[in-house]
Amino acid sequence: MDHRPQHWGRPRDDVYGAYDASYMRPNGPTTHTQSPVVTGTSVVALKFKDGVVIAADNLASYGSLARFPDVKRLRTFAGTSVVGFGGDVSDMQYLDRHLQELAIDENYTSEKGHTLNARNLHKYLANLLYHRRSKFDPLWNHLLVAGLDEDDKPFLAAADLLGTTFTSPSLATGYGEMLAQPIMRRYAKDEEAAAQLTRDQAVDIVKECMKVLFYRDARSLDTYSIAVVTKQGIDLKEDVKLENQSWAFADRIKGYGTQTV
Amino acid sequence: MTSIGTGYDLANSIFSPDGRNFQVEYAVKAVENGGTSVGIRAKDGVVLAVEKVITSKLLKPGANKRIATVDKHLGVVYSGMIPDGRHFVDRARDEARSWRDTFKTPISTSDLASRMGGYLQAYTLYQSVRPFGITAIVGGFDSELEAPVDGEVGTGPSVGAGGKVEGKHGGPGLYMIEPSGMYWGYYGAATGKGRQAAKAELEKLDLAAGTLDLKEAVKEAARIIYVAQQDNKDKEFELEMTWISNATGPTKGRHEEVPKELKDEAERHDTITALLVERESKPNIEYDSQKVRSRLPFAMNAARLMTHA
Amino acid sequence: MFRNNYDNDSVTFSPQGRIFQVEYAGEAVKQGSVVVGITSKTHAVLVAIKRNAEELSSYQKKLFAVDEHLGLAIAGLTSDARVLSNFMKQQCLSQRLTYDRALPVETLVSLIGEKAQLNTQHYGKRPYGVGLLVAGVDETGPHLFEFQPSGMTQEMVACAIGARSQMARTYLEKNADKFPDCGREELIKHGLRALKETLVQDRELTVENTSVGVVGLKEAGKRGIDFFKVHDGAEVKDWINSVGDDAEAAGETAEGEGMQVDE
Repeated sequence: MDHRPQHWGRPRDDVYGAYDASYMRPNGPTTHTQSPVVTGTSVVALKFKDGVVIAADNLASYGSLARFPDVKRLRTFAGTSVVGFGGDVSDMQYLDRHLQELAIDENYTSEKGHTLNARNLHKYLANLLYHRRSKFDPLWNHLLVAGLDEDDKPFLAAADLLGTTFTSPSLATGYGEMLAQPIMRRYAKDEEAAAQLTRDQAVDIVKECMKVLFYRDARSLDTYSIAVVTKQGIDLKEDVKLENQSWAFADRIKGYGTQTV
Repeated sequence: MTSIGTGYDLANSIFSPDGRNFQVEYAVKAVENGGTSVGIRAKDGVVLAVEKVITSKLLKPGANKRIATVDKHLGVVYSGMIPDGRHFVDRARDEARSWRDTFKTPISTSDLASRMGGYLQAYTLYQSVRPFGITAIVGGFDSELEAPVDGEVGTGPSVGAGGKVEGKHGGPGLYMIEPSGMYWGYYGAATGKGRQAAKAELEKLDLAAGTLDLKEAVKEAARIIYVAQQDNKDKEFELEMTWISNATGPTKGRHEEVPKELKDEAERHDTITALLVERESKPNIEYDSQKVRSRLPFAMNAARLMTHA
Repeated sequence: MFRNNYDNDSVTFSPQGRIFQVEYAGEAVKQGSVVVGITSKTHAVLVAIKRNAEELSSYQKKLFAVDEHLGLAIAGLTSDARVLSNFMKQQCLSQRLTYDRALPVETLVSLIGEKAQLNTQHYGKRPYGVGLLVAGVDETGPHLFEFQPSGMTQEMVACAIGARSQMARTYLEKNADKFPDCGREELIKHGLRALKETLVQDRELTVENTSVGVVGLKEAGKRGIDFFKVHDGAEVKDWINSVGDDAEAAGETAEGEGMQVDE
């Protein structure tokens, strides 16, 4: 019997070699989320004359596995704004619950005509994200807020996991920043150009972007959600299929994987 | 036995030799002077109504709402000390929020009544606090639909573990909570100055039969407030009414103000008169409180007895 | 001598269901000098009479700006008012920081109402000894709220609290129909006339003892607002003169003066 309590409950040194106490180190640095787990890919959005169009596909990936094919990543707020989430899906769920509570609280006074508009909502979310990254415990999302501001003008802005904010007539997160933004900017290079677009044009452009993203982003899906926010309210469709796909271009792509010629 | 001069009524949570807490009884007195509140549980929803006495001509008409929303699907109205009522509502909102945080689903009417009953009871336990000077009526509609979990993505299994449970659930709920923390479920509840008359009128409706629908209940509630107000004719008042239906009804499961057109119709003189005739009410007679009490075995006498059950 | 056993603290109900400590706190409001508030469709105005402790001392402030869109008038214990005022300033700032918007007036007022109510329900606390008039403009237009030590808050079209304020309220009730369509200047004049009703004989409004606070929409039906601003001293001179002995005022106050003679 080994009578030294500090040796009890440990592998025997004579059998397993000297115990490596570094596994027990009690005072290493505290770490929070280092990387996202289940993720959603791009969100794209574009302003037009009377509002904003926003879209995101319905896929939640687990690494490269297409894990959940029916995840709705566009969330409505108070019937007046839409938030599109890219990044970690569980953090999105956390934020969604948070927004629901915020909407309930807001409604306690909004019976008299007060509501948080999209600009207020974006400010709040950006603050929240910045606060969390400053605690070194970020919410791993890149989100777009679409709606109207206090003058009923179209509003679109982004906030990322660091609390960085950005605004532009067209916005996209993830791969969309590289693949969809150039397309949308062809039609809406500045606010004036965006203000010329009709609703149908904007919807078509965004649908085109979703198609390009499906062609080139391996973590994307051909089923997606699309919402149009205007003064009249939110028109949200959550089960839209990509139409008129054409993979003819695929033949001409060279230089990937095991392909040699 | 009188309470005054014995010394047993000078602090909260003190029992008198015959087992009463006088401070709680005095709190009830504060309620009995407040504007009348009424709640009706109809077959497809709940109506809440309150008589708002106009204490000054300078009050902004239509402002100063007395019926509060808790979460989306619950309403609270109260009689007595209004600041205490606001405190009650504040706490109810906190309870509803923490319920959501814990269970990811809205709180049911009965659970909220239970939480708030517990909260009011706690204010009868200590000398360091006073009881609430209000009686609150809590109405709500618990969704009959399968409730999505807040923030859920995708869909869970439709049957089996984690899926549907057989049987009917959800529906309208109405509870009244007294300063003691005691609460019951009601088909029709009334409190405040005109409660005796209001309760007598509620009894005529045979609400337990479950035949009265929501729109009829709105008209009855308006009428009852007017009848209960009869003894207090010299005072001007505003009627405030809210309602809650299920997801397919007029409020889509939410607690909302009764729309102006419907409220105006319910308040119209001929609507009220016609109903009065139908219900054989004689609003001009003075209600003898002792007589009314003896006619109300369930709502009043039972309640009094059960205080010391 | 009869002694009231039920008035020692704010956690004891009297047999009639009253809380005397809270009612006594309400009396403290009546010790303060009078303040008046009025709203129209476009503006909210606060006017006040300031007191000085002695001839050579300064006058106690009665109006405070809380935020760009909102201010308050006090009657009662000034130090209690400062606690509430600081709290309100913080709430307004934090709303601007987190949401980038002006805090709705009603939301703010219910916050101080709840805060004050707690002081009436716990032993060892006392009710605030101050009444407030809170005037502001938000998304839904101009608002005026009355706050009492009990935690009671009410939205009013016009209101007066403080010493001899009943006279001012009588004036306000008599003229209430005119207020909604008043412009900024007219509304201020109504406020000053209401103030004058409360003055005891030989006292009058002066540039030293009068404060005027105004907040309002730049243009009816539009979004922009003129920030809440307190006017003192020389800035109120013209207003005071305008309600001095002008014909309109004489006509308006004829009844009031008649009543004073009757006394």
